[in-house]
Amino acid sequence: MNNQRSFFFNVDWLTVLIYLALCTIGWFNIHAAVFDETHPSLIDLDTNYGKQFIFIISAVVLGSVILLLDSRFISGLAPVVYVTTVLLLMVVLVVGKNVGGNQAWIPLGSFRLQPSEFAKFSTCLLLARYLSGVNVRITEFKSFLMAAGIIALPMLLIMLQPDTGSTLVFCSLIFVLYREGLSPYFLIIAGLLIALFVLSLLFNQLYLIGILIILSVAAAFLLRLRREGLVALAGGLIISIAFIFSVNFLYNNVLQPHQKSRIDELLGIKTDLRGAGYNVNQSKIAIGSGKLWGKGYLQGTQTKYAFVPAQSTDFIFCTVGEEWGFAGSIVVIGLFMFLLLRIIIMAERQRSPFSRVYGYGVASIIFFHVIINIGMTIGLVPVIGIPLPFISYGGSSLWSFTILLFILIKLDSNRLGHVL
Amino acid sequence: MNNYFERRYVITGIFITIAVILLARLFYIQIVDDRYAMLAKYNVQRKIIDFPARGVILDRNEKPLVQNLQVYDIMVTPKEVQPFDTLEFCRLIGIDKAGFDKRLDKARKYSPYRASILEKQISVQQYAPLQERMQDEFKGFFAQPRTIRTYPDSTAAHFLGYIGEANDAAIQKSGGYYRPGDYIGISGVEKSFESVLRGQRGIKTLMVDSRNTQKGSFANGAFDTAAVAGERLISSLDIRLQKLGEKLMTNKIGSIVAIEPATGEILAFVSSPSYDPNLMAGRQRGNNYAKLAKDPYKPLLDRPIQAGYPPGSSFKPLDGLIALQEGIITPQTTFFCPHFYQAGNRRVKCEHFDGVTDLRKAIAQSCNTYFCYVFDKLMNAKGPKNIRTTLVDWKEKVNKFGFGTKLDVELPYERKGYVPKPEFYDKAFGNKRWRSSSIISLAIGQGELQSTPLQLANIEATIANRGFYYKPHLIKAIGDKKITKTEYTTKINVGIDTVYFQPVIDGMQDVVDHGTAVQARIPGITMCGKTGTVQNNHGKNHSVFVAFAPRNNPKIAIAVIVENGGYGSSWAAPIASYLVETYLRGTITKPKAEVNYIINANLLPPPPGWKPPVRKLSHKDSLRRDSIRKDSIKKLKSDTAKRIELKSAGKKKATDSTSKLLAYQPKRKEDE
Repeated sequence: MNNQRSFFFNVDWLTVLIYLALCTIGWFNIHAAVFDETHPSLIDLDTNYGKQFIFIISAVVLGSVILLLDSRFISGLAPVVYVTTVLLLMVVLVVGKNVGGNQAWIPLGSFRLQPSEFAKFSTCLLLARYLSGVNVRITEFKSFLMAAGIIALPMLLIMLQPDTGSTLVFCSLIFVLYREGLSPYFLIIAGLLIALFVLSLLFNQLYLIGILIILSVAAAFLLRLRREGLVALAGGLIISIAFIFSVNFLYNNVLQPHQKSRIDELLGIKTDLRGAGYNVNQSKIAIGSGKLWGKGYLQGTQTKYAFVPAQSTDFIFCTVGEEWGFAGSIVVIGLFMFLLLRIIIMAERQRSPFSRVYGYGVASIIFFHVIINIGMTIGLVPVIGIPLPFISYGGSSLWSFTILLFILIKLDSNRLGHVL
Repeated sequence: MNNYFERRYVITGIFITIAVILLARLFYIQIVDDRYAMLAKYNVQRKIIDFPARGVILDRNEKPLVQNLQVYDIMVTPKEVQPFDTLEFCRLIGIDKAGFDKRLDKARKYSPYRASILEKQISVQQYAPLQERMQDEFKGFFAQPRTIRTYPDSTAAHFLGYIGEANDAAIQKSGGYYRPGDYIGISGVEKSFESVLRGQRGIKTLMVDSRNTQKGSFANGAFDTAAVAGERLISSLDIRLQKLGEKLMTNKIGSIVAIEPATGEILAFVSSPSYDPNLMAGRQRGNNYAKLAKDPYKPLLDRPIQAGYPPGSSFKPLDGLIALQEGIITPQTTFFCPHFYQAGNRRVKCEHFDGVTDLRKAIAQSCNTYFCYVFDKLMNAKGPKNIRTTLVDWKEKVNKFGFGTKLDVELPYERKGYVPKPEFYDKAFGNKRWRSSSIISLAIGQGELQSTPLQLANIEATIANRGFYYKPHLIKAIGDKKITKTEYTTKINVGIDTVYFQPVIDGMQDVVDHGTAVQARIPGITMCGKTGTVQNNHGKNHSVFVAFAPRNNPKIAIAVIVENGGYGSSWAAPIASYLVETYLRGTITKPKAEVNYIINANLLPPPPGWKPPVRKLSHKDSLRRDSIRKDSIKKLKSDTAKRIELKSAGKKKATDSTSKLLAYQPKRKEDE
């Protein structure tokens, strides 16, 4: 490759283009979601879409500034940014403004700052910095503990707000650890635990345990397990049974009532279309009524007439589904998948482990947001209040995703330079 | 790059798999499942029904019988109500504070965002002062215009019928056309012509948001339909005749039906006692209905088609016609009337010592004897053993006149009357144990015969036409289209040759000219009629008069029945004559006092359970002067004496023959 190419040509413009496309889609859909005949103009500072325009412009400026930073500066700054964010997360617990039950906002003049949004990229940065260090092996218990600690600290502070959605986002960083050498069993066990959780809520626990025991015995005989295998199987069985019993406790004593009812709705245990199930039902109606080509721009009735709550923030995908139909859904999800695959390609072509780890962090976080957000609007996952990256209304989330993505683009543009 | 390079494919795989799951789910709810599109429509579209004005009903000269009146329903949207002067508002719409609070609560419970009715049917006058203040002072309230029925002349209640909210049965029957709260014709023409009168509803599709606030019309109203007002009906009634008939029947029970013989159009349709049809429209309908339903004189009964009366002597022309057709008699046939007719061991008395009587005289003087002979001969024409088949034949002939069958007039709940079958007498007397003398009362229109006033009028129209009638009907035209149903233009032949009508009509003319109904004579108009006095086991006899006029080219055939009126000549005949003259000439030449006498007469029987009021004696009574007392004592004594005499006579009657009783009855020169 040509080392002499200027900085300009080293920037991955395809990613920037996708980014701008997603921001524009977001802006138009926010316009449609809150459209009102009395304020037809696209740029009107009294409205959400007017404000979003300002957010987009400022985010682009912010991205450009990041592109002008020095890569080494970014790496060196990682601990400082992390510590600052953690401090902000503590501050918000004291002086934060409570919106919708979450103490997540620090009021700053007419805007409000959401430190949990910035915790996402600062955690990624520090994790990348730590894992790229010499002699750090994730397979070693000490290193694993350290990495887990870096992730767990902001999670703990955000959980105190309490903001379950943002807390869960950090779980997605398991992909980063996996890429860096974490045993695949962690992924498999995580998947199994989620399955067990759902199953134990749906079915009688005793039946479930009985089936598990039968399966284990069958596996032991069919696979002709030796001693170690039998011990592992027995251990897994005991842990599973303990988990099934703890699910009930967790479900009844740890989860909050609204979270319980959201899970109940999702699993069809209870149906209350006027209460807990209202949001998702109306959201499904909006998306489902879009059919193949959608109702057309500004023609969506479900969103325009306020049947779907939080339609410009967490439920923005309803507008996409209703006005642009299945075609629009494919385009948006396609753009996201294209972005994610591009990020993975970018991460893998880095020479420095710092950039690679950071790249996977970005991919994991964006992926988690997209899947959970869209999944909840179509009733695949319980309602968790997290925004759809680049599209949902909101300055903090747009800026934090911009910073997250543009740091990667900056690192990538420098990939042929000196190793960090 | 490090050792775990290949793990990028695992992560990529996970990402793509989950994205595909999302897309599959989206494909399912957006493309496969149609439910959501329907639910979205249900969410935002509200169908608003635009009620058309109901068709008006006019009389034959296009004068309105029923119209629509503009009223306002006061609606409230609880969420939009702001503090206001409640007492003043209540005063304006005419309800009290407690009632207002209750209704507002109910509306709030129904929906805070949706409008519901606070008070129904405020008049234009009541609404006017409210209108200006509603927007500024009384926020959250608005008036919804609608129409109710109004009857400018308060006439023809039974003919017009009334409308009311559709009940569950009607809603079910309509297959979902009506909804609770919709109005539907319940009786009379309003019921029979419901589908024409109701018009066509308009449907507007409005868009609403999640709070049910209206957001304009769906697709700019491309699928909206406008309401089409109901058709106007032109009835055959003559409002002048109808009003006069109702006036003459005040405080009397009975009916009047007048028919134009040349068309079968019903000119008057009076059922008495009647009620003001305006009572059945408007806010007090429920209360008024309950009151009318409880009335012992049954004002809700549609007597012209629902009451059954034996025709009495008004049946005699029919007797004569059938006998002539059968060849039992000729116009010249005579019978001797000795004051009675001996039927087996019973006697049918005849009021007139007529001597040798032919058909014309028999009708003019209403000779019972003559018609008993005729009927006896008729029944035994095929031998006494074949009386069953003879009676069936006779029944068929009577039925041909529309007597004992439904005339299918366009009103609901018509009765068909009754002409007895042989089986009826088998039951009453035992099989084969009856003969012509057992059923002789049929000859004089008594016994088991039952006819509706409409049937009586129709028989007159048939005689007027000399042998045929057109189906009687009440509606001439729907909208601007004249009804040209073949039913109404086909002559229905009753099976009597025209030649036989001549002697019968001669007799009927004599009835009016110098017979039993001379009171009904109208100078200058040749009217043919027949009186009837219908025996009534429950009280005074019913007064019946049937007629048509003029004799040549008849314009009107009429039947009048006044219950408990006594002789046909005393009430029914003059009433008929006034109506006929009014219809033919436009005025009544008889002295006004005579007409007023009839209008003011009260012939209502005492209601069931009624006792004459007894004045309690007070202290003052004992202070009356002796002379008065003496007089009263004397009078009392003579009264008791008379009563004793009567009693003894009554005893004799029980042992002696019936002729003794006749001695104590006032002389009457009239018919049976």
